[in-house]
Amino acid sequence: MWNRDRWNEMFYTLSKNKLRTALSGFTVAMGIFIFVLLFGFGNGLKNSFEEFFLDDSTNTVWLYPGQTEKPFRGFKAKRRIIFKNDDLVDIQQNFPFFIDYITPRISRGALVKYGKESNNYTTRAVAPGHQYAEKTIVIKGRYINEADVENKTKYATIGRLVEKDLFGTKSSIGKHIDVGGVSFKVVGVFKDEGGDNEERLIYIPYTTRQRLEKSNDRVDQIIVAFRPELGHAGALALEKKLNNFMRKKHVVAPNDRRGIYVRNVAADLKQTQQFASVLQLIVTFVGLGTLLAGIIGISNIMVFVVKERTKELGIRKAIGATPKSVVGMILHESVFITTIAGYAGLLAGVGTLALIGDSLEEFFIINPYISTDTAVGATLILIVFGAVAGYIPARRAAKIKPIIALRDE
Amino acid sequence: MIEIKKLHKSYAMGQNKLHVLKGINFDVDEGEMVAIMGSSGSGKSTLLNILGMLDVADSGTYTLDTKPIKNLDETKAAIYRNRFLGFVFQSFNLISYKTALENVMLPLYYQKVGRKERQERALKFLEQVGLGPWASHHPNELSGGQKQRVAIARALVSEPKVLLADEPTGALDSKTSYELMDVLQRINDQGITLLIVTHEEDIAKMCKRIVHLRDGVIVEDKKVNQIRANQHVE
Repeated sequence: MWNRDRWNEMFYTLSKNKLRTALSGFTVAMGIFIFVLLFGFGNGLKNSFEEFFLDDSTNTVWLYPGQTEKPFRGFKAKRRIIFKNDDLVDIQQNFPFFIDYITPRISRGALVKYGKESNNYTTRAVAPGHQYAEKTIVIKGRYINEADVENKTKYATIGRLVEKDLFGTKSSIGKHIDVGGVSFKVVGVFKDEGGDNEERLIYIPYTTRQRLEKSNDRVDQIIVAFRPELGHAGALALEKKLNNFMRKKHVVAPNDRRGIYVRNVAADLKQTQQFASVLQLIVTFVGLGTLLAGIIGISNIMVFVVKERTKELGIRKAIGATPKSVVGMILHESVFITTIAGYAGLLAGVGTLALIGDSLEEFFIINPYISTDTAVGATLILIVFGAVAGYIPARRAAKIKPIIALRDE
Repeated sequence: MIEIKKLHKSYAMGQNKLHVLKGINFDVDEGEMVAIMGSSGSGKSTLLNILGMLDVADSGTYTLDTKPIKNLDETKAAIYRNRFLGFVFQSFNLISYKTALENVMLPLYYQKVGRKERQERALKFLEQVGLGPWASHHPNELSGGQKQRVAIARALVSEPKVLLADEPTGALDSKTSYELMDVLQRINDQGITLLIVTHEEDIAKMCKRIVHLRDGVIVEDKKVNQIRANQHVE
C-alpha cells in the first residue's frame, strides 16, 4: 500500500483520466454533502420542536381559574373563580406526599426603565419553586428566594435580554430598575432555552406583587409540581384528585369546563414525546435514504469505471499483472478518490450548515448541525461501500481471461 | 523450448461440446520462428492462448523451457506470462493514456523494477524497434505500424523466452506488414523464439517453419526457406 511506485502509478492514472476521476469524486462528494445537509436540517427541525415543547419541567400540573358556565349549589353561572394564597396552603396540606413544590404565578405587563432606556416587559410574580417549573437557568446573582417572599422585597431577577436591552454590556446586578413606577433592585439574571420571549421576562416575589395591588391575596395560576416517582399513572391520578379538590373548595360543578381548568404537562409530554420520536424516525430515514442513494451512485460509477477499463485491465493482465494487483489497483484508486472527495463533501456540507445557521428559523429549522460521529461515520460507510462496490466488478474483471478482455473491441 | 503432447481442448456450447483441439503434438526449439496457419475455427488461436497461459487445456502436457506448465492459478500464470512470454496482438492493445515509453515500461512495473531502470530498459527496446524519437508520443499520435512496434518493444522489454504474436500484421497494409516482419525477423536473429499466428501466406513464408492446423489437428508441419522481409522493403 505504501509502495511509492504504486502511488505514482495511481496518481498518474487518475490525472490522465480526469473526467473519470472527477465524475466518481463528484458523486461521492455530492452524496456526503446532501447527507450532511439533510441530516443537519432534520436536526434543526428537532431543535425547534424541542424549543417549543420541551423547555419546561414535565412533572407539573397547572391550575387556571376561569368563569363558571353552569349554576351550581345556589351559585349562578358566569361566576368568576379566584385563587388565593390559602389555596396554595390547602393544596400543600392536603397532598403532602405527592407534591415536590408549589408556586403561584401572577403575570403583569409593565413599562420598565433604567436610565434613558425603557421597554415593555412581562413581569411574573412567583415563588422560588417557579425556577424549576420553567427550568430557568440563573447565570448571574440569584433567583427569587423564600426570604423575598416572606419579606415582600422589591427584588427582581431579570432575563438575559432584559439586561441586554436596558444595560447594554454593563452588569445589572445591584442596580435599581423602574418597573411600572416602582423601583426594584436587580438581584439576578437568567437565561432560558425556551427562546427570546422567555428571556424578556422579569421575576419578582408574588407577595410583593400582591402588596403593590392593594395588599390583596389573589394569585392567577397555580403550578403544582409532583414528585417524579409518581410516574405517568400517578400524575394522572393526582391531576384528577387536585381537580376534584379545587372544584369542591370553590364550589364548581364537576362537569363545568370553564370554571377551573387543569393542564397536566405529564399527559401532554407523552404525546409530545411520541411526536418527537416520529420526527427522529423521519430524520434517520432521510439520512439512511440519502446514504443509500449515495452508495448506489458510487456503485454505479464503479461498475461503469471498471467496465470502461476492462480492456486496459486485460492488457495489464496479459503483460503480467496478477489478479491481486488488478483488484488492488482499482480498490486503491476508489478508496483514495472516495476518501478525498468524501472529506471535501463533508467540509462543504458542514460549512454550508454553519453558513445557514439560524437564517431558516422561520421554516422551523433552528441551528442545523450534524454530529462529528454521524458525519465521519457516514463518510466511512461511503468509503467502505465504494470499496465494496469497486471490489465486486474489479474481481470479475480480474477473473476475465485476458484474451476475452482484449477481444472486447 | 516448447513441448506439447496430446493436447485436447473443448468448449461447452450449450448442450453440445465443441472439440477444438484434438490431440496436438508440437515441439518448438529455441530460436525457431514458427508460423501457425489455418482458417478460422481451425483452433490456431486456442492453441496460442494455451501456449500463452491465457487458457487451460483439458488434457495433455505442456512444457515451457523444461518447466511443466500445469495446475496454474491466475497469479502463477500472470507471473509466468510476465517472465517467460511476450505478447503481440492484432489490435496493438496499447494503453491509450500512457505514452509509448510508459507502455513499454509497464511489464517491468509488474516485475517491480525501479522507475529509473524501467525507463532506461524501455528506451533501449524502443530504440531497437526504431521508435526512440517517438518515446513521449501517445498511441493516438502513432501510425498503425508504429503502434505495433511499440507493442513489440513492450513484449520484448521483459526479455521473454518466447514471443507470441496473434495476427500481428492483421490490421496493417502490406508495406507496413513487411516492415514489421523485418523487425520480427531481426528479433528472431537475436535468438528469441517466435510463434506467429497468421492466415497470410506471404507472412508465413517469412518464418522458418509453417504449421497448418485444420479442424483441431496439425495437417502439415514443414520447414521453409525463410524469405527476408527487407527484400520487400524499399
